[in-house]
Amino acid sequence: MEEFDDDEIVKKIMHVMRNAPHGTIYTYEGLEMILIMAAYDQDISVAFVDDGVYALKKGQDTAGIEVKGFAKTFLALDGYDVEKLYVDQVSLEERGLTEDDLVVDVEVISSAEIGKMMTEQDVVIQH
Amino acid sequence: MNIGILLKEGPYNHQASDTAYKFAEAAIKKGHTIDAVFFYNDGVNNSTGNMEPPQDDRHIGNRWVGLCQKNNVKMMVCIAAAKRRGINDDVLIDCGEITGLGNLTDIAIRNDRLVTFGD
Amino acid sequence: MLHTINKSPFGSNSFETSSRFFQPGDPILFIEDGVYTVQADNKFSKILAEVQQNNPVYALSPDLDARGIGNIADGVTTIDYEGFVELVEEHQVNSWL
Repeated sequence: MEEFDDDEIVKKIMHVMRNAPHGTIYTYEGLEMILIMAAYDQDISVAFVDDGVYALKKGQDTAGIEVKGFAKTFLALDGYDVEKLYVDQVSLEERGLTEDDLVVDVEVISSAEIGKMMTEQDVVIQH
Repeated sequence: MNIGILLKEGPYNHQASDTAYKFAEAAIKKGHTIDAVFFYNDGVNNSTGNMEPPQDDRHIGNRWVGLCQKNNVKMMVCIAAAKRRGINDDVLIDCGEITGLGNLTDIAIRNDRLVTFGD
Repeated sequence: MLHTINKSPFGSNSFETSSRFFQPGDPILFIEDGVYTVQADNKFSKILAEVQQNNPVYALSPDLDARGIGNIADGVTTIDYEGFVELVEEHQVNSWL
């Protein structure tokens, strides 16, 4: 296989959060993956679709279930230069939520717009 | 073409491990290189060497070892996901390598495709 | 971009959700329990037919066989793992999990 210098390659990698937090580990381990990948200077974006939008909901208190809360970690993504956070408008509206219900600034856009971005990616990983 | 595989679900409980294996086998047969299989989430359970399925069932652990030994496919196990689930070097399949998510990032960067299998 | 769907549409919204994101021309491949989507004359036949107007639809034949699905919707192409690889040769992959 060819030798690549990773520093010279910037790939477009989109993470799609599709699961609610806490009920399964997918969102939490997905977030861990995003944080590591962010350190590699790739072109990273995160889309919140279906129950994935619940990961961003304000007011989560996980003390009673003794599971580590991580909603606020999404706020830290900005510090890792992960600034492209997209929320699927239909998913948000179906759940009776608005942008004001979310812990972090996001772009609420249509499924078609996110779908178009997906086709421009080198890698899409669903969590 | 160089292909990486991300496997996010455990063996037997879900078909993901079987589909990933059949896909890898077909890709290799067509002349492609499978660079690595990266085990994540409950997918790390694919890397335990103590599986003992009934004799008339497929042995998923041995399949991964075979793919590694015959076709040089790296078998990488996420350290954070593995530690959470009690998987360490003592129980690992031959060829298994406990490693960080940085290696998954490298797999995503250096290959033409990253194909995910999971639940 | 190739979209794979591995869930029965009766137990998961993967198919209905993902169909909002498909771009014209994107191939759709049903695998594992996803192949129940392409059984002819089920509740999802109508939405599948709408998808087929803009997207080529494939189903993995070993998964259809394993589930005893013989009667599949018109226009759905059945492929084996080799065909799956050929789609991946042509497209980046988005696995809807």
